[in-house]
Amino acid sequence: MSESLSLTVNGVAYSVNVDMGRNLLSVLRGELGLTGTKEGCDDCECGACMVLIDGKPVNSCSFLAVQAADRSVTTIEGVVTPEGLDQVQQAFLEKGGVQCGFCTPGMIMSARALLDQCPDPSEEEIKIGLSGNLCRCTGYSRILAAVALAAAAD
Amino acid sequence: MTFTRATTIEEAVTAMAAGARPIAGGSDLVVGARQGKAPLPDVLVAIDRIDDLRGIETSGQGLRVGAGVTHAELIGNETVVSSYTAVADAAALVGSPATRNVGTIGGNVMNASPAMDTGAPLLVLDGHAVLKSVDGSRSVNMADLWTGPGRTSADPGELCVAIELPPQPERSGSAYVRLEYRRAMEIAVVGAAAAVTVSEDGTIETGRVALTAVGPAIIEVADASVLMSGRDAKEAGAAAETAASKSATPISDLRAGDDYRRHTVGVMARRAVKAAAARARGETIAVPVNRSAGVGAAS
Repeated sequence: MSESLSLTVNGVAYSVNVDMGRNLLSVLRGELGLTGTKEGCDDCECGACMVLIDGKPVNSCSFLAVQAADRSVTTIEGVVTPEGLDQVQQAFLEKGGVQCGFCTPGMIMSARALLDQCPDPSEEEIKIGLSGNLCRCTGYSRILAAVALAAAAD
Repeated sequence: MTFTRATTIEEAVTAMAAGARPIAGGSDLVVGARQGKAPLPDVLVAIDRIDDLRGIETSGQGLRVGAGVTHAELIGNETVVSSYTAVADAAALVGSPATRNVGTIGGNVMNASPAMDTGAPLLVLDGHAVLKSVDGSRSVNMADLWTGPGRTSADPGELCVAIELPPQPERSGSAYVRLEYRRAMEIAVVGAAAAVTVSEDGTIETGRVALTAVGPAIIEVADASVLMSGRDAKEAGAAAETAASKSATPISDLRAGDDYRRHTVGVMARRAVKAAAARARGETIAVPVNRSAGVGAAS
């Protein structure tokens, strides 16, 4: 049954009519046109769908859109600042933390949440912070280096 | 599908009496639906914004953890980490940071997976689930709550509102260790929790051991206290290892064979006893044991 749902995504208020069983990922991509958030496994394993809800990383594939109502949702489209790329995005560019790019939005969101909570993480803390995100290209070392660089720059 | 949001426990149990199923983080329910295990219920009542389900309180009666407390909140709670450490060990291993932000202890307990990480710790620490319905409230110990894979003795109209744990005695400690193939987004291949008290000379006085993913529900090793009493941690761990493997009734599936599970659950039990005894003696072993140098390694 479709119902009206109010969502705040990247500071913008949206009102959409959706079935209450829809997950947040499908509403972000299909209704709001925010396709930066990716659908990978659709099974809560890979982290490609990572978004922040009230600043905390959440797998949007396994989270009902209606449960995000009246909360603050941040997607990859929302991390860019008026001055340009976020430090984490810039660090991924500088360190080559991107190959095919499919996992990158999710990686950036997990890294952003980690650095907001823990501005000076150890390598182990970075690994734990990114532990819900899979990358099948890079072998992770450049991603870890990018997050360490972003931490130093933040 | 119909969705309602409760802001009080009374609203939630009223909706459940009319047939609604509760959803907290949705990490089991939504993933299960998307995997085709079970469709989403026709009527859902959201319980994630009920303040009375959210707190962790200590009192003379021990610890009361609201059913809506997340795994991340458990790891961040000083009392849980210092006095109910096995629960923190387990919560720290669940899923990934994202899973720990939405997954709740009430959801973990009521989903009743035999592989649930918080189950064995709650069993050895004598946890009780507080179940509430429109007809009243009751407290059920963990062994009576879990009746099989995905099954509990709770009625459909009963909501788990809290987990209660008694005060922990002096010179006591607990630990949870699991066998895993991957460090994140993993389900225990097998696991074991131990809670022990030690005498002034460091020998075990009393203890309990419970096992993960080696039966239709979390199972307790019978007579673990008798087997370990009066022994040092190494002897007690060896006794727990043998008894754990004997107690296990594992299945073979794509994750592990039954023989392998029977063997490794003994190893996990030995390591859990060793870590629990060290903590009982006042040694600091960081949460989770699986990541603490030296303890997860062969011993």
